[in-house]
Amino acid sequence: MSAEAHTSTEYIKHHLQNLTFGQLPPGYQRGDGETLSVGTWTLAHTAREAKDMGFMAVNVDTMGFSILLGALFLFFFHRASVLATKSAANVVPGGWVNFVEWVVEFVDSSVKGSFTARNPMVAPLALTIFIWIFLMNAMDLLPIDWLPRLAGLAGLPFMKVVVSTDPNATFGMSLTVFALVLYYSVKMKGLGGFVGELTLQPFGKWGVPANLLLEGVNLIAKPVSLALRLFGNMYAGEMIFILIAIMFSGGSVMMLTGGVLQWAWAVFHILIITLQAFIFMTLTIVYLDMAHQEHH
Amino acid sequence: MNINMTLIGQSITFAMFVWFCMKFVWPPIMTALEARKKFIADGLAAGDRGKHELELAAKRAKVTLHEGKIKAAEIIAQAEKRGTQLVEEAKGMAKIEGDRMVLVAKAEIEQETHRAREALRGEVASLVVAGAAKLLRREINAQVHAELLEAIKNEL
Repeated sequence: MSAEAHTSTEYIKHHLQNLTFGQLPPGYQRGDGETLSVGTWTLAHTAREAKDMGFMAVNVDTMGFSILLGALFLFFFHRASVLATKSAANVVPGGWVNFVEWVVEFVDSSVKGSFTARNPMVAPLALTIFIWIFLMNAMDLLPIDWLPRLAGLAGLPFMKVVVSTDPNATFGMSLTVFALVLYYSVKMKGLGGFVGELTLQPFGKWGVPANLLLEGVNLIAKPVSLALRLFGNMYAGEMIFILIAIMFSGGSVMMLTGGVLQWAWAVFHILIITLQAFIFMTLTIVYLDMAHQEHH
Repeated sequence: MNINMTLIGQSITFAMFVWFCMKFVWPPIMTALEARKKFIADGLAAGDRGKHELELAAKRAKVTLHEGKIKAAEIIAQAEKRGTQLVEEAKGMAKIEGDRMVLVAKAEIEQETHRAREALRGEVASLVVAGAAKLLRREINAQVHAELLEAIKNEL
């Protein structure tokens, strides 16, 4: 019984570990007992190794899948844009072009609805966020063992398929959005205007410390909430998929129940992945709109 | 779950994707959408215009039809009038012609009568001469009696 619990724990931990590439320092004792004589760039074989690699390491699976999905998105959307431009206006668009145009119009109407200033960057940004996050979340719907098992056969120790369950990915995006918010705040309001916005309200010039505290928290909460909301939702969803997958080893009744549960959770997750992508996109638009707006 | 360089890599990747999307995906799709929107709007406007024109044409056709009917009625009335007139004229002409023919016939009859009378007169004169010759039983000098015969002839 304890052995089984152990393997379950290992199974879960294995599924939550990224494939990390980084440097291990000299004198480091690896997971298999080997002691390194010199600093070595290698793939982490255990979670402890990945942790000990510190900041100068890369999650190969996160980068790989996100770049692959982003490239797929851009390739197919670009192809649709070429097709749409090439065909005359009186030609009814085919299936794929039609779908892309529908998505673009949906994003465009979202931007027009919430973004009042003029900035040609916001709509493409929103489209990229929506589709990219959707695709990264959608990796969740693949049976969780397929790609890790395949990677295992190829000799890779870990493989985390759902990019948005890696906080590096969600924070990477939200911090980029945050940088844009800061850039446009300063650009539209001037440095003085932006600092004034942070310090002179809501309590006026005699309450500068309180103002700064409130507005600072308000400002910092934007990227943190963006990243953590997406990460939390996807991480929790993935966790439930893992727990359901553990049921498959518990006999035929558990297996049947697990199959039904997995199907139901996957159906529900179709809603979650779309919703989370949409929320990230909408909040980005709203934050950028606030950055563009002058307070009077 | 460790924060590492992936964070920066993801940020750079994200920025590059957004740049690519802004440069090569979004503008052409929006251009195509605008073009199609304009095409459809133009088509709808043309349809509206066509419908309007159809209504106008129907109205015009109605007016023209009405005018045509009135004109046709006028023409029929005129034709009837003219017909009546023609009949009247024909009647008048026929009467005149008839009168003329009656006159001609009368003149012919008179002429014929006159001719018959002349012929009869000649016959009677020769009969009278023959009768007289028989009565007198003698040769009569035609030259002498010619005056006499002429006188008789004129008396008849």
